[in-house]
Amino acid sequence: MDTVSLRQPTLSPSDQRPVGGLPSKLGPRSPRRTALASSRPRVRTDRQLAKGLGWFSIGLGLGELVAPRQVCRAIGVDDHPAVMRALGLRELAAGVGILSQPAQPAWLWSRVAGDAMDLALLAAAFMTAERDRVNVAVATAAVAGITALDVYASRQTGMHVRSQPGHLRGDGSVRVEKSIAINRPPEDCYRMWHDFEALPRFMQHLESVRVTAPGRWRWVARAPAGMSVEWDAELTNEQPGELLAWRSVEGSEIENSGAVRFLRDRTGRGTIVHVTMQYKPPAGALGAAVAKLFGEEPEIQVREDLRRFKRLVETGELPTIDGQPSGRRPAWYALSGGSNR
Amino acid sequence: MRATCWHGAGDVRVEHVPDPRILNPRDCIVQITSTAICGSDLHLYDGYVPTMIEGDILGHEFMGEVVETGRAVQNLKIGDRVVVPFPIACGACFFCERGEFSLCENSNPNARMAEKMWGHSPCGIFGYSHLTGGYAGGQAEYARVPFADIGPIRIESDLPDEKVLFLSDIFPTGWMAAEACAIRPGDTIAVWGCGPVGLFAMRSAYMLGAGRVIGIDRFPERLRIARENCGAETIDYQETDVLEGLAEMTGGRGPDACIDAVGMEAEGHGIVGAYDRVKQALRMQTERPTALREAIIACRNGGTVSIPGVYGGFADKMPIGSIMNRALTIRTGQTHVQRYMRPLLDRIQAGQIDPSFPITHRLSLDDAPQGYRMFRDKQDECVKVVLKP
Repeated sequence: MDTVSLRQPTLSPSDQRPVGGLPSKLGPRSPRRTALASSRPRVRTDRQLAKGLGWFSIGLGLGELVAPRQVCRAIGVDDHPAVMRALGLRELAAGVGILSQPAQPAWLWSRVAGDAMDLALLAAAFMTAERDRVNVAVATAAVAGITALDVYASRQTGMHVRSQPGHLRGDGSVRVEKSIAINRPPEDCYRMWHDFEALPRFMQHLESVRVTAPGRWRWVARAPAGMSVEWDAELTNEQPGELLAWRSVEGSEIENSGAVRFLRDRTGRGTIVHVTMQYKPPAGALGAAVAKLFGEEPEIQVREDLRRFKRLVETGELPTIDGQPSGRRPAWYALSGGSNR
Repeated sequence: MRATCWHGAGDVRVEHVPDPRILNPRDCIVQITSTAICGSDLHLYDGYVPTMIEGDILGHEFMGEVVETGRAVQNLKIGDRVVVPFPIACGACFFCERGEFSLCENSNPNARMAEKMWGHSPCGIFGYSHLTGGYAGGQAEYARVPFADIGPIRIESDLPDEKVLFLSDIFPTGWMAAEACAIRPGDTIAVWGCGPVGLFAMRSAYMLGAGRVIGIDRFPERLRIARENCGAETIDYQETDVLEGLAEMTGGRGPDACIDAVGMEAEGHGIVGAYDRVKQALRMQTERPTALREAIIACRNGGTVSIPGVYGGFADKMPIGSIMNRALTIRTGQTHVQRYMRPLLDRIQAGQIDPSFPITHRLSLDDAPQGYRMFRDKQDECVKVVLKP
């Protein structure tokens, strides 16, 4: 089959010259491999700490549920078995939550909230206690120590979550990284991607991309509620057949940048296309809308964009059933919109 | 146009729907002259295949005349007589280049849905649920055929429809199932299911050098066709225990290869059968793999179990221990029809086989609902129904 282009290519020889200046953010040639977060040593220890706290919660919760009076006596508070059982249930819930979702910081933070409640109750007990102040004091110290551990574990877990692709990072930006195998040489894939005005054919959230000056494009993206967002972008690096990198210009509504690498696959005939994109939604209402602009799961959005790109490169068209006939549809069908995304 | 539409379990209706139109440059439109009901259509009819939506047009075995072509279709012209393969394949991806057309990466618009179910997506298929793309099928007057430059095969001779229609699915399916057995001359092949696919598998096995073919079923007319048209020996599983019967016939060793041409709605017997039925009815199991389990256990050590029978999800209690400890080979897949159409057409034209032998009923398209019921219930000795629009 002849080489198919996304549209009529309009490259001029001058566009082929690498743009000088800024180096690619990706650094050396081989793609930066994102290690699975859970395999890094620090994450493993933190995960173990979280699980340990989970089991501690379960153990303590069971104790409070099953032997509330003994627990009251041990920590030196007045005999309130009903309250102690309720606290036990809370502990159990937190423990089950942590053990089933050890990577989810919310459960660990719920332990911190529980600790704060416990400290408050213990403080009240200390004020009113006459005989068992030592027990209360010891219990308070223990809870304070556990609280410190809980806070540490919560923060660590939250940090690990944020460092994963597709999530909001500490500085408010989102990073996505995806690759796909295409059965055409890198040069073909590069040529098609370089035709930026045709990007909306496979990048679903884009409405249009227009050349405004050599090396400069105006991107318009669809936003919810009929809004649209625009920015200017410039090419920061191009190595024909290998790499394209772009970046929104200073002062753009949404800071974003991206790079796509075209790597020859092991057969020598095909390509692995590797994309990294990051964007920083602006603050405020526009920010919230923009966060949804790229979909709730940017990873999936990019994966599907790449699948469409692959199909355009390999076959020249996108498979569809939009517009085909069918028999009478059920009542709910009209609400589902197009069945083919 | 009129089209056979799915409206729930046990409910197919012939409705008036819009004609199909060209949606992509590599499409063509075929006016359908003959189409058939497949055994796998019965899984849709019985409501066991998920992601069906009321109104979906059924049918994936069809042929006819090209009446319109997209602007990128060079190999076909209006008036050409074609048989259309049931898998839709682009011809350019990693799998199509290897001849594995049913694994095409580019023809399923719902690839993401299929990935969630199966890990990766196979090709799109006509009329077989939205998991495989939701394409409108060919039990209708017209059909849109994507990638028309890759799929349809032109029939130049004046062979009647009935002699070439089954190139669309069941003949290549039976052939690929037999080929998968890696038959050495004189081998013994056992085939579960004497329906159309099983019958073609038996014929193909002999053509590929098998010495002995054994067909297993319980319906007298199907066993008779297996004996008389396919030259097979038969086991009626209501009369004879299959495992014992096969052991007797092979000196205790078991057949060299076993073909499961039954699939997910196997008839169970005994306690295991009841277990499968109950779990499937409660949708706690998606399959009833009775025949498959038997085929695995019966197969000789080191033999091959070839599975053309359609399955969709997860089956309980698979004898993986039998497979592993006895070094069985499992070969399966949706048929790479495009790969087999030309060589099998040559065999038909050379007179080696008349593929119309399984046809028992010829109905008008309007009688499709009766056709489905009759085929499912095996009424009137029904083996294969062909519909004429």
